[in-house]
Amino acid sequence: MSEQENPIRDAIAEAIAGNEVILFMKGTPEMPACGFSARTVAALQSLDTSFAAVDVLPDPRIRGELSALSQWPTIPQLFVRGELVGGCDIVLEMLETGELAALLGAEGEAGTIQTPAVAGGGALQIENRL
Amino acid sequence: MPDATDIKERIEAAIPGARADVEDWTGGGDHFRATVKSSAFAGLTRLEQHRLVYGVFGEEIGGPIHALSLTTISE
Repeated sequence: MSEQENPIRDAIAEAIAGNEVILFMKGTPEMPACGFSARTVAALQSLDTSFAAVDVLPDPRIRGELSALSQWPTIPQLFVRGELVGGCDIVLEMLETGELAALLGAEGEAGTIQTPAVAGGGALQIENRL
Repeated sequence: MPDATDIKERIEAAIPGARADVEDWTGGGDHFRATVKSSAFAGLTRLEQHRLVYGVFGEEIGGPIHALSLTTISE
């Protein structure tokens, strides 16, 4: 299937490219539907990070296409400036070592405007493109 | 359904020099937690190290293995 014929994958790639910090998760930051997603949200919130969030649950194809794109099998997945950072284990490890603060802080120092948190808005975006 | 011993043995068989400690996190046979030490991790980022371990299980991750929480240690 070519890129043109895969609107979900295109929408995911656009969401990753268009948001400095974006979390693909189960549920929403306000109501995570999985402990791993909840812990990852808590890690980001502990650093006062603004982030976009996409709920992968409304459409199973989101998860399939995301994993195909990222080569990462599980949810959540955190992307910063277009790069996959990792899932819950890596994010929590990086929070502990200070690497996460450095990664997210570097963005602030560069004067980039952070994307406001979108609770499920990304998922709607993706659905709207179908 | 895999158990913690299966997961341990498969990781150790697939990754050269790997030693894995695996526990069944919930007792339900689908959420596991593993600490893996291997010289094969040398020079890899944490992301690449985790990919190497996930790669042992392919599509079983997210399927029969709902979650495999990882700590990887390069040695």
